[in-house]
Amino acid sequence: MSASLTLNKITAQKGISIAEAANRVADLGWTPSYVQEAMTFPTDYKISKTPRDPMKQVLRSYFPMQEEKDNRVYGALDAALRGDMFRNVEPRWVEWMKLFLAIIPFPEISAARSMAMVGRLAPGEELRTGFTMQMVDEFRHSTIQMNLKKWYMENYIDPAGFDITEAAFGKCYATTIGRQFAEGFLTGDAITAANVYLTVVAETAFTNTLFVAMPSEAARNGDYALPTVFLSVQSDESRHIGNGHSMLMAMINDPSNHQLLERDLKYAFWQNHAIVDAAIGTFIEYGTTNRDKNKESYAELWHRWIYEDYYRTYMLPLEKYGIKIHHDDVAAAWDRIVKKNYVHKTAQFFTVGWSVNFWRIEAQTERDFEWFEHKYPGWYAEFGDFWKWHAKLSVPGETNILFNSEVGYSYPHRCWSCMVPCLIREDFVCDEVDGKIYTYCSEGCRWTHKVAFAAEYEGRATPAMGRFSGRREWEDCYHGWDVADAIKDLGFVRPDGKTMIAQPHLRFDSKDMWTLDDVRGHTLGSPLRGFRALSPIEREVATAEYRKGFKINPCH
Amino acid sequence: MSAQTSRAAATKPAAIVKSGAAGAAVFPGSDSRKYNYFEPKGRKATHYEDMTVDVQPDPERYLLQDWIISFPDGTPTYSKDWTAAKSSNWHKFRAVDQEWERTHYQRQSTICGMVQNTIENGRKSGAPTRFDPAWVKILQNHLGAYKHAEFGLGTSTMQAQRYGYTQMVNNAILTNSSYKLRFAQDITLYLSEIGLDLPGFDIAAGKKHWLEDPIWQGVRKSVESVMGSNDYLEQYFATNAVFEPLVGELFRSGFLMQAASAQNDFITPAVVSAAEADYERNLANTVELFHILGTDPTFGAQNLGLFNKWLANHADLALDAANHLQPIWSQPRVKVAAFADAMAHAKNRIRGIATELGLTVPAGLAS
Repeated sequence: MSASLTLNKITAQKGISIAEAANRVADLGWTPSYVQEAMTFPTDYKISKTPRDPMKQVLRSYFPMQEEKDNRVYGALDAALRGDMFRNVEPRWVEWMKLFLAIIPFPEISAARSMAMVGRLAPGEELRTGFTMQMVDEFRHSTIQMNLKKWYMENYIDPAGFDITEAAFGKCYATTIGRQFAEGFLTGDAITAANVYLTVVAETAFTNTLFVAMPSEAARNGDYALPTVFLSVQSDESRHIGNGHSMLMAMINDPSNHQLLERDLKYAFWQNHAIVDAAIGTFIEYGTTNRDKNKESYAELWHRWIYEDYYRTYMLPLEKYGIKIHHDDVAAAWDRIVKKNYVHKTAQFFTVGWSVNFWRIEAQTERDFEWFEHKYPGWYAEFGDFWKWHAKLSVPGETNILFNSEVGYSYPHRCWSCMVPCLIREDFVCDEVDGKIYTYCSEGCRWTHKVAFAAEYEGRATPAMGRFSGRREWEDCYHGWDVADAIKDLGFVRPDGKTMIAQPHLRFDSKDMWTLDDVRGHTLGSPLRGFRALSPIEREVATAEYRKGFKINPCH
Repeated sequence: MSAQTSRAAATKPAAIVKSGAAGAAVFPGSDSRKYNYFEPKGRKATHYEDMTVDVQPDPERYLLQDWIISFPDGTPTYSKDWTAAKSSNWHKFRAVDQEWERTHYQRQSTICGMVQNTIENGRKSGAPTRFDPAWVKILQNHLGAYKHAEFGLGTSTMQAQRYGYTQMVNNAILTNSSYKLRFAQDITLYLSEIGLDLPGFDIAAGKKHWLEDPIWQGVRKSVESVMGSNDYLEQYFATNAVFEPLVGELFRSGFLMQAASAQNDFITPAVVSAAEADYERNLANTVELFHILGTDPTFGAQNLGLFNKWLANHADLALDAANHLQPIWSQPRVKVAAFADAMAHAKNRIRGIATELGLTVPAGLAS
């Protein structure tokens, strides 16, 4: 027998090439002549060039490949249980997953829906297969994440918070941020939403911090399930990045699209930064117990994934097509993370608001302080006392930190664009849109609401562009409510009807757990209502005062 | 507890409970291990329900701050107005096939494997070369044309899955789209592969027949009418309650699967059978949804009026399409299937669906 003879050689038969298969599948489409295709979601862009499918994959190979990936994921989950993963998992980490996994399935399924919006826009059918696979991928992501969450609920020491997950997603002040992220994928101008915001920016840039950096931190905290699921999810993202880039290339040669592309790249980058960095930065830096000084901080991860990988290797080359890149925003986002403590201020805010959360937040300790000071010099001077206060006030009977004037924290305004509060006080701005005053965390967010989401952009009509709507300031929904009544209305109460789901510690003992009675007697209020009630001069004074910031009092 | 002692407690090591595993401690809520924010259809929530219900939020349920981005005319991210059908509870529907990602990939992957093995083994044994030459022409021209109908319905449902008011409705339409697009590709690749074994086989002929052959123009018009509807539920209804029984099944089961073996073709029925099984699932989902809407305590009568209108419009087109296909039944050399029988079966099928949904069977389908 010849040494080179293999089973494959014996059984092989002539087939069609992958490129040929992809071409024939792309030829399934036609231009209807009896009845025009249904209304597409409109766009202000012009797409005259046929986008190419860089992946050249057909469903026949796609489905078995995905099933194999699933088998690995579900096998790993079984193995994690057999290996008693939860006995060694860090509860500090899993608690934050109550928030993260409440948010993420809706953005995922929104991405599936958004494939309908781009599917019919481009001429030709080649990329339709890519969009089809992305649609099914996103269905995968949404339900595989719901499954992971259920798995945590069934196996983790404290299931409360996981058990109300989608109800909590609709009501919580923190998950609002995720809705701004998700609705941006599927509402308004179809290209702005489904191409630039979703595939070009969110998936190409920010899924790296979401689905690569964060799982690494999970593993450091004894959670092998999250990396298993999310790295499998991330393996689908390369296809989505390909779809996004291909569609972008189909538009970029038409100079009439450049103005809108510049608007949307800027809008999408800034919103992704404001939303994703706030949330994921907090999970990675404050959800961990691992304080290895050799590991990368979120700022370092951001530099690797967003600055080097996205900005330098993906965005900058777009300049050769005549696109003006928003360099200043990239620098500003970097400064917000490394100089202005954006992530630390977000974690501080989530902690101040712990009583209206649906997960537990324990205090950072001396060991954590040392790591933060090492990675972010000056951190201890600004945040050390705050975390000591949180530890001190974590016992029932103390005054809720949200209302405790001893601490010195000043409750922030809410940003009308990204919906994260205006935490970097010196950057706070306000403006008038359609006769109403709004507050913003930054100039980028002011521009997003007033300039980008409007019927006209730099003198050009933009009839397809979306608009901000809804009750975007969460605090307004409970203005004048006692916090205990608000928590009850939110449904963030355990089955005994009195113990709160959220707790400011990780003590799994009834006697240490806060009840509604422990927080009753304090009233929530809308900062925006008060701000709007001011005269223009008073508002100017209040703005200057706000920008000065606050100082946390020493905690002894 | 005084402030002093409580503060002391806070600084004590917290690691009294060292394990993060379920059952390591008992406290309020420590046994709350089920999603508790929706009403299951049965006594207990199914895994599908846990994966699906309420993921797409609703201001009338938990979406406290309402939709926060709108289209320029003020239409929110999801709107009940995207269909003329009305419901007093859009959240009632559950997909009968209970699909979530894992079951979907398992089923699709199994089908891909089955189809690929069948084609590979058939080709290895030289089966395509033994197909009757007249049958080869039928596969080339007519199965080749039909694949475009499947693709059109796949893209139509891909569009429709954006508009539903709940996750349950949209995911059922999404999996329907996924099945249709897979089957369109199955046929494309099947014909391409057997074409390698059949000298003179023209892979481009199918599209030409789809676009130009009078036999196929009724089908194309019917499919384009589904694709052209601005109402996503009309698209879903017309696909599964009208086109599939009158045209899809008629051609697949009523012709291809019956006639093939008599022409020495044992491969095509296996490839096509996957679509029949897909359709059973899609039909079950469709009947469940439209039955709920048709028996809605508030809007049932109004909805039935609407569905009757959709049925009449699309059945006219589909019936015309089906009748135009008749000459194909005469083309095989060995004739084992009669168009009249297939048509009678198709009409019986759609009458059954219409009756199940409480709809009036249009006159053209009565006999």
